[in-house]
Amino acid sequence: MSRADLQLPAAARRPGPLWTFGLLRSELFTTVRRWRTLALLGVLAAVPVLVGIAVRIETRGGAPAGGGNGEGPAFITQITNNGLFLVFTALAATLPFFLPMAVGVVAGDAIAGEAGAGTLRYLLVAPAGRTRLLLTKYTTVMAFCLLATLVVAVSALIVGALLFPLGELTTISGTRISFAEGLGRALLIALVVAASLVGVAALGLFVSTLTNSGIAAMATTVGLLITVQIVDQIPQLHAVQPYLFPHYWLSFADLMRDPVYWDDLVRNLGLQGLYAAVFGSAAWARFTAKDISA
Amino acid sequence: MDEPSAAERDPDGAPALSPEGAPARVPDGAPATVPEGMTERHGTGVPERGRDGAPEGDPAAARASVIVTRGLTKRYRGGQLAVDGLDLTVPAGSVFGFLGPNGSGKTTTIRMLMGLIEPTGGTVRVLGRPMPRAARTVLPQVGALIEGPALYGFLSGRDNLLRYDAADPTADPRTRRARVAAALDRVGLAAAAGKKAKAYSLGMKQRLGLAAALLQPRRLLVLDEPTNGLDPQGMREIRTLIRELAADGTTVFLSSHLLDEIEQVCTHAAVMAQGRLVVQGAVADLAAGARGLLVVTTPDAAEAARVLKELGVGDVTADGDRVTGEPPDRDLAEVTAALVTAGVRVRGLIVERASLEDAFVALTGEGFDVAG
Repeated sequence: MSRADLQLPAAARRPGPLWTFGLLRSELFTTVRRWRTLALLGVLAAVPVLVGIAVRIETRGGAPAGGGNGEGPAFITQITNNGLFLVFTALAATLPFFLPMAVGVVAGDAIAGEAGAGTLRYLLVAPAGRTRLLLTKYTTVMAFCLLATLVVAVSALIVGALLFPLGELTTISGTRISFAEGLGRALLIALVVAASLVGVAALGLFVSTLTNSGIAAMATTVGLLITVQIVDQIPQLHAVQPYLFPHYWLSFADLMRDPVYWDDLVRNLGLQGLYAAVFGSAAWARFTAKDISA
Repeated sequence: MDEPSAAERDPDGAPALSPEGAPARVPDGAPATVPEGMTERHGTGVPERGRDGAPEGDPAAARASVIVTRGLTKRYRGGQLAVDGLDLTVPAGSVFGFLGPNGSGKTTTIRMLMGLIEPTGGTVRVLGRPMPRAARTVLPQVGALIEGPALYGFLSGRDNLLRYDAADPTADPRTRRARVAAALDRVGLAAAAGKKAKAYSLGMKQRLGLAAALLQPRRLLVLDEPTNGLDPQGMREIRTLIRELAADGTTVFLSSHLLDEIEQVCTHAAVMAQGRLVVQGAVADLAAGARGLLVVTTPDAAEAARVLKELGVGDVTADGDRVTGEPPDRDLAEVTAALVTAGVRVRGLIVERASLEDAFVALTGEGFDVAG
């Protein structure tokens, strides 16, 4: 082999323009192949089934669900009239804890899990590039937010259709909308719920850059979530509550008003964007300057 | 900015590669540039550069030395000095053994070479470009096995390699499956490619880690204890593989605990102790640095010792029927004749060649596995 030949491989190999998508595809595939991810999605899919069956059993005699007014997740009293409401109920039931916990687990594991397993160093010497790897990880976590929300929504839609009648539905404002428009609103709500998880995803990713233990990062993220949820419930702390990422989560119900009441929805999305920017930058600053010693 | 500085060229140096591209073994009778072949000691100033020369007129003179560090230092938070002023020069085409006790800073050095750890002082140039700044152009040409393999246990061996290959921006996705299959085949894992990696034995994991380093044609392979966990047959296969790769012109940077492994496959070696470079140079020179041992086996030990002293043999000691001393400069035949003339009944007379281990102990003054 001559010297000229030795140089050929180097000269011939330029980064392909689409390689980032190859890395993203590999990342998505790897995340979904994890047994843990599948278990989380399974739990999320089971929640609408449990709610649907419980409502069905409770209302067998024709009595309205929920007993008293204002008890249980939003929309639960409407399910018997229209199975589509199970989608809204299931999202309202999973958004405070199940969904962000699942996202916290996946986000917390994103970098720390790879570091703990040692695979991070091989990705970096491949070389994936620290910024690109972090962006790929964040994109994957956001894709998981959407996937998790859709799993809840689709499971709820199937269970709702099987157990309850479908048809026109009544909005919170009392107006009637067609089933097709109702489906459209359900999809929109699912998207807003997924977007509501962007903040906790960024927080989890930042925590994930701080440690080499995936378990520690997951536990910290979920612990922070619980703490913030508790703080959000204490009336004496109302001054800080508008800055807590879960504060406007349940505003997605405003999409069921006619006309839609946008104020809190916009505040929610703005707050998620702020969290994504702050903790995304912090994660970037940390990860690009970090010594990879695991 | 990525051009090598003039200081890194060596127009007078012998080409590191023979015309066929085979790695240059140390030529017989090569003039020793520095006594006892110890070409570079930490802190003694200008390093000897006799064997890292670039071919004249080669525009890519950056290939002169594949790895060059100058004053490379890493101090961890908390003040611990892991690597202290390291001046390492790895000639192109060499199989370079990197030795040192546990905790001597080998792994930290390798991580700095790969851009995983930021040095607190000094410079690193790999393939003629500064690290970690040029990581994106350098690392695709470098295959690495760092502190053992790391795998996704829930993925098959093949899927592990597909993932690592997807992380390389220069890897062509169209040839990905073929290259993965070839790499698996090369390390003897083709039959187990579909098995989940968590079911692999340590030796199989090690092979898969090597396969990941061989996904692309590489100019440099950095292998941290590549035979760890392998059975003797596997070790032999890996050594053969390393020799094959070196014959193809790939420079191999090999860290190992096993001195005989270094002696068997390496052309050059460096020894670290307590974060500092103790010595580096050609393996033959290093081993020659530690003198051999004259051993006479005889029932007349006392008489033999007297004769040897008379012949001017230094450091003579008699132990049972074994008399040892420094090998004399004169012809061994004369020594034998003198012994026999003096009536010494000689059972055996040999000069035990110094091993790298002797050299290592002589240099570091400590056992090999003592933490620094």
